[in-house]
Amino acid sequence: MTQGITQQVPAPNAPRAIGSGWFERHGKWFIILPPLLFLLIFFLIPFAFAFTISFADTAVRVPPFTDILTVSPDWHIHITLNLGNFKYLFTDEVYGLAYFYSLKTAFFSTLICLALGYPMALGLARTSKSTQSILLLIIILPFWTSFLLRVYALEGIIRETGLLNTALLWLGVIDHPLKIMRTTYAVYAGIVYSYLPFMVLPLFATLEKLDHSLLEAAGDLGSPPWRAFLDVTLPLSVPGIIAGSMLVFIPAIGEFVIPTLLGGPNNLMIGRVLWDEFFGNRDWPVASAVAIAFLVLLVGPIALYQHYSTKQLES
Amino acid sequence: MQNRISPFLISILCIGIAVLYIPMLVLIGYSFNASALVSVWGGFSTTWYTQLVRNDQILDAAWLSLKIGVVVSTGALILGTLAAIALVRFKRFRGRLLLTGMVNAPLVMPEIITGITQLLLFISMLQLFGWPHRGFTTIVIAHIAFCSAYVTITVQSRLFSADRSLEEAAMDLGAGPVRAFIDTTLPAIAPALASSWLLSFTLSLDDLVISSFVSGPGASTLPMVIFSKVKLGVSPDVNALASLIICLVGVCVLFTGYLMRRTEQRRVLDAQMAEL
Repeated sequence: MTQGITQQVPAPNAPRAIGSGWFERHGKWFIILPPLLFLLIFFLIPFAFAFTISFADTAVRVPPFTDILTVSPDWHIHITLNLGNFKYLFTDEVYGLAYFYSLKTAFFSTLICLALGYPMALGLARTSKSTQSILLLIIILPFWTSFLLRVYALEGIIRETGLLNTALLWLGVIDHPLKIMRTTYAVYAGIVYSYLPFMVLPLFATLEKLDHSLLEAAGDLGSPPWRAFLDVTLPLSVPGIIAGSMLVFIPAIGEFVIPTLLGGPNNLMIGRVLWDEFFGNRDWPVASAVAIAFLVLLVGPIALYQHYSTKQLES
Repeated sequence: MQNRISPFLISILCIGIAVLYIPMLVLIGYSFNASALVSVWGGFSTTWYTQLVRNDQILDAAWLSLKIGVVVSTGALILGTLAAIALVRFKRFRGRLLLTGMVNAPLVMPEIITGITQLLLFISMLQLFGWPHRGFTTIVIAHIAFCSAYVTITVQSRLFSADRSLEEAAMDLGAGPVRAFIDTTLPAIAPALASSWLLSFTLSLDDLVISSFVSGPGASTLPMVIFSKVKLGVSPDVNALASLIICLVGVCVLFTGYLMRRTEQRRVLDAQMAEL
């Protein structure tokens, strides 16, 4: 009803009868500038600082790195660039291994999330509207509760005397408790458990908008349901798959809390290396170089995510 | 087709939801365990809850986190809403692409990178201007930067769908653009504002990585204290604290969800009444 009436009203594009003073012309900057400047100074410019410091050298002082730019008494400006930090990243194999291990862990966790999240989103999209809103709330609710505490809670399930082992022992499936804590499996479990809602929600958003008549048409033309799924549902949900996968994959690469709390000493993810370099070794220039190299790795996935999420927003 | 949902999908949906909830329920169950040993059930007890009240370290950290949370969510709400208005209402302005990028980037940027880069900025600023000292101020600034992104995304989608005709009508009747916005569109996006305030609050309250980087000596937030305890393994008083937080957040979110639903229903009802 509401729509029918508002649509008949022509949008008043006619110039308004208000004076075109200075405020009228420039007033919009009062709205644009505060967030623009704030994010520029406190979000974007910090990257420039990190970039600069990655070319510095460590020094025993506060802050613990040398100046890039020095002005000598006779007003000569000296720029000292130290490429050693980046060279170090390639020579010390810890970094290469950590990058590779992070990518691998993030990739497989994303696949598991997709395998579990896709049927969930599909089921969610096909339930009635009233159950849908309740189920949606149930899936979003864990996202609101503390991330750190949820990772911690998982330890109660997968540790040697935890619920999973107790249940499996009681059922007679296993003879002795499985060692999951401090292994790669625990890291996978942690990432899937923490990031599952991020996968389900974008998938649900695309699947919900899917035109059911297409599936009906496929059915009428003799397609069995699995064929209709492969030919219609799956291709049309690609934007959701990519958006959801990137929302899991990108933060998972940089994950620090999960490998630290659940993983073992072998689970050297880049987030952990960065943390240790910073707080343990206090080598800020190398940490900056690791961060910059990490960021370069992320440009592709982030661009992919931006592309598909803006597409989804526009449709 | 609409109502046909295969048993396979239903079971996966149930398993998925079970996976999300069982660890938290088990944690809450263990928080009432009288035994200090995590593997032994020593009977029902509320000892760990009473110990919590006497733990000054945790209480101080909780108070600091709450203070930060309130300032952050208010600041992020203002900045994020302004950014949302700018992006939805002003189609062309210098820096639009930059603003879009900066609003979306914090959502996918790993916290550890944001944390390091912001710390380096704060250190350099302190050297140059003597401000800000690491602690409350730096945590607040760093949190506002990423929380405002979440606010913008939430408010943006609401502004897109908001009906502009009322605002235009108000302006035709002589109201200035600011006044017209406040009287017509602001009430319509109020639920989104409320939920994004709450979202910022919980995000700020929960953040560990960024806070650890930008914080200074003496300013430990609740997640920082919890993390240092949890690193050493499961501890019963953290179980109690975690249960409290999980329940509190759960109740808050459910209550706001209920309130928003009710106001939304009333708004729809009012709109229908107005048309009769």
